[in-house]
Amino acid sequence: MYVGAVFFPLLGACISGFFGRWIGDKAAQWASVICMALAAICGVSAFIQVAYGHAPATLEIATWLDVGGLQLSWALRYDTLAAVMVGMVTVASTMIHLYSVGYMSHDPTQPRFFAYLSLFTFMMLMLVTADNLLQLFFGWEGIGLASYLLIGYWYEKESANRAAMKAFIVNRVGDLFFMLGMGLTFWTFGSIEFNTIFQGVEAARQVTFAGFPVVEVIALLFFLGAMGKSAQIGLHTWLPDAMEGPTPVSALIHAATLVTAGVFLMARMSPVVEYAPNVLGFITFIGATTAFFAASVGMVQNDIKRVIAYSTCSQLGYMFFAIGVGAYQAAVFHLFTHAFFKALLFLSAGSVIHAMSDEQDIRKMGGIWKKIPVTYAMFWIGSLALAGVPYFAGYYSKDFVLEAAYAGHGWTAKYAFLMGIVAAFMTAFYSWRLIILTFHGTPRADHHTMEHVHESPAVMLIPLFGLAVGALFAGAYFSGDFVGHHWAEFWNGSIVNAPHNHIMHEAHEVPSWVPLAPTVVGVAGIVLAYVLYMFLPHLPGRIAAAVPGLYRFLLNKWYFDELYDRAIVQPLRRLAVQLWKVGDVKIIDGMPNGAASLTAQASGRVVRFQTGRVANYAFAMIIGLVLFVSIFLFGVGR
Amino acid sequence: MNWTLVLPELVLALAGLAALVAGVLPKRDTSFAINMGVFGAMLLAAVLVMAQPEGTAFAGQYVSDAFTRFMKLLVLAGAALGLLVAMDWNVKEGLAKFEFPLLLLFSSLGMMVMVSANDLIALYLGLELLSLSLYVIAAFNRDSERSAEAGLKYFILGSLASGLLLYGASLIYGFAGSTNFDRIADAVSATEGVPFGLVVGLVFVLAALAFKVSAVPFHMWTPDVYEGAPTPVTAFFASAPKVAAIALLTRVAAGPFGELVEQWQQVLILASLGSMILGALAAIGQKNIKRLMAYSSIGHIGYALMGLAVGSDLGIRGLLLYMAIYLFTNVGAFAVLVAMRRNGRALEGIDDLAGLGRTDPAMALAMTVFMLSMAGIPPLAGFFGKLYVFLAAVYGGYWTLAVVGVLTSAVSAYYYLRVIKVMYFDAGEALDARPTSLSVVLAGTGLFTVFFFAFPAPFLAAAQAAVAALVG
Repeated sequence: MYVGAVFFPLLGACISGFFGRWIGDKAAQWASVICMALAAICGVSAFIQVAYGHAPATLEIATWLDVGGLQLSWALRYDTLAAVMVGMVTVASTMIHLYSVGYMSHDPTQPRFFAYLSLFTFMMLMLVTADNLLQLFFGWEGIGLASYLLIGYWYEKESANRAAMKAFIVNRVGDLFFMLGMGLTFWTFGSIEFNTIFQGVEAARQVTFAGFPVVEVIALLFFLGAMGKSAQIGLHTWLPDAMEGPTPVSALIHAATLVTAGVFLMARMSPVVEYAPNVLGFITFIGATTAFFAASVGMVQNDIKRVIAYSTCSQLGYMFFAIGVGAYQAAVFHLFTHAFFKALLFLSAGSVIHAMSDEQDIRKMGGIWKKIPVTYAMFWIGSLALAGVPYFAGYYSKDFVLEAAYAGHGWTAKYAFLMGIVAAFMTAFYSWRLIILTFHGTPRADHHTMEHVHESPAVMLIPLFGLAVGALFAGAYFSGDFVGHHWAEFWNGSIVNAPHNHIMHEAHEVPSWVPLAPTVVGVAGIVLAYVLYMFLPHLPGRIAAAVPGLYRFLLNKWYFDELYDRAIVQPLRRLAVQLWKVGDVKIIDGMPNGAASLTAQASGRVVRFQTGRVANYAFAMIIGLVLFVSIFLFGVGR
Repeated sequence: MNWTLVLPELVLALAGLAALVAGVLPKRDTSFAINMGVFGAMLLAAVLVMAQPEGTAFAGQYVSDAFTRFMKLLVLAGAALGLLVAMDWNVKEGLAKFEFPLLLLFSSLGMMVMVSANDLIALYLGLELLSLSLYVIAAFNRDSERSAEAGLKYFILGSLASGLLLYGASLIYGFAGSTNFDRIADAVSATEGVPFGLVVGLVFVLAALAFKVSAVPFHMWTPDVYEGAPTPVTAFFASAPKVAAIALLTRVAAGPFGELVEQWQQVLILASLGSMILGALAAIGQKNIKRLMAYSSIGHIGYALMGLAVGSDLGIRGLLLYMAIYLFTNVGAFAVLVAMRRNGRALEGIDDLAGLGRTDPAMALAMTVFMLSMAGIPPLAGFFGKLYVFLAAVYGGYWTLAVVGVLTSAVSAYYYLRVIKVMYFDAGEALDARPTSLSVVLAGTGLFTVFFFAFPAPFLAAAQAAVAALVG
């Protein structure tokens, strides 16, 4: 069961990847879907057994490395944290696989797509069940690779290739820090197995590295690594561009898996991170800023998938500031509910795009809600959960995150609470802006497109229902265990709060207006969106015209891409061109090419001695003899 | 007198006489039978060589030890393979005369005498028996102008070399007072210093032997003769006689004149460097593949001489292994050249190999193996040959030799790879079907070249024993 949950997706990937050509598209698709479904069954039962049966287990598969002091195994570590992730990833991925069967039905290379999708899931599962940092890194790089392949799936498109490379390169920046963190961990603890690390934390608190407490440095390095994968401000630029991939990919990457890897890493390393108060403050600050920044950008974007992408970025900010204040459980809970409603939103958006003949610009939509009622309903459920409207999944997790932020200590926690409330308002606003622009109003698409608007086939709708159930009930059902009064029992030591950290307790005892605040601002955001886009549709344009600077600032995503382009990409490109033209072409190529032409010339000269005349040959022999004799007589040194 | 010691040579000589009779007396064509008979005699001689006891015969003129055994086996293998390669070709070219195997047989006898020579007289005897046979078979296609020219050129230059040898031998005899290698060794190691004339004599002898192995600057005859002679003859020229001459050179240098290593070493280093460089450079522009192989063989002799030039046991062991590997790889490559025939006409251009990768993939693969091995690409046999001599050079501190060796093998890789490129990337018509005898040779030498890395131990042990016997 434990093994099955992880390795069924690999099996599926191998079948459709290696044999898809022979067994045909249909067979390859369903093989990977069935493998995924089996993995989900295993994953859910593993979740029940580990989390509710309180039976964490570590499964050794094989010895991997045994080099000097470094001994590593391939092992599956199933504790509650891992089991939560496994259950969530396998279920969400199964839904997305199933949905893809319908969504990708017109694609010419479906086995390739499903192979990538399953490979991606396998790598993610490898990451969450890792029992040492290197195996985690294997999964970490694996999802990086698979996301590169998936984002660039339509490789004929220039923009898709660029987006794929951007995602890969930006992630490499984070990976560098991860690797440094791994190295420093080994230096400090003499091992990179989680058990050894966690047991050695007390001793390591006394150790310093370059004048700083080593625990702080390690935590910082891992957080910088996580920033890349989880698209925190500064390293977020790849995420909106990653929308170039097929929509199921966006759902998989942005909902359940890739971007949550950073949050998971922080939660996994909680026993270490707990003792790095400064870094925790930094994490809180970055998370809160990201939440605010991404929500503000999301308000003005016009691409349906980009809006949702920025909302993901914003929600990841919530998760990180929850970690920053020490409420790892809240972060993982929000991650968990977010997976359902964000996957739901993406897949619904995919359904809209499918209906609109691959149109993604919401300015060219509108007036289609009667034609695709199911998708419309699903979009509502997803948005309600995202906005944190009571009794939907997002309400429980987001509320608790904000409560924890309020209860947290230090100015960063206060800042995070403030930013979180503002972002919650903006989230509700852009969600309904999206709904209204997409589904309501007068149709802005051309006649031809409107005629083709149709509800998606059942194979795409069924996963939507499944995820909608999660978006409706996952919060209410699990909140008692994840963050409620049973949390200590539920997590069973897989997430560690330091003795001085009582945040989980304090968060329940905040003033009564605090839990209400997100709901209030959320509803206010919804109302504002209705006012602006439903009832007074000419007003948004005037507002934008009134503050053009701000509008452009938001529309251009705070100019991050331009900044990076000027500060990093352009200088690097200039340097590279210089190195290429001078260093490579002239020097590196020049030397062997010059040597080759010299050789050819020398060859021509040497051959000229070969006249064919016997007399010449005899003469050469005599000269040679004379030479030999003189060497003997006068002795030329070596 | 110890007649039993020279049993292999006796068998070959008697077989030659019998074959002569069998070729002249019957009215019908007996060339095939004689081919087979000669082949059998060579095999028999090889078996006898393996069983040959150690010792000296004919008043110390003839010596038998591990070194001679190693070299004689190589010589006989090269000659037998040369005969196999030639048989079908001769029939197709109308050259299937009984003299051909006979000449190969007598040249083999000459080579065996050379290898076993322990006296300047015996040395000359063997060398001339070989040379006279070679002069004739170089011109064996007597109706062809090129073949006749090749034979004549070889004869004239070979005579000059023989003259040098005889002159050097007489000087040595004059100053050492004996033609026997052991006596000469005594004279060289005499306490009152080495006579000047003895050294000059040695130079003359070395020059003559350098001519036989076609080392620079005595290489000039090689490209012309290789190109002009019939292809199987070239195959033979490039294999067995080279081994025999190298054996003789090693024997003379390391045996009686071992004490003078400081002196002859410099000459050999020069010859080695020159051969490596010339072999690498001159082959680049060649269009005729036999000419290319001629320069290639000059280069290989340069690498082999490097082993001798460093003057250590390790170096001589490397030399012996190099020659063994070179022999088989070379015969294999020449078997491909012999098989180059389209519509009944023999071909010699590199471009004629075009498209071989598609029309005859097996032979193209074999040729690729031989070319890569000659270029010294691991894990093929040629790599180990180079490895052992370079290793010896590095251990001995002869960095110039090692560096030039590495550089020239990089350069020579260019023309070896060009052959491969032509075979696989250029388009061309199919060659005629290759005869079975060539397939056998190709398979045998190809397998040796590929799998040498797996079983080098017996060769290493044999070479080690040979070195021990030589140096004492």
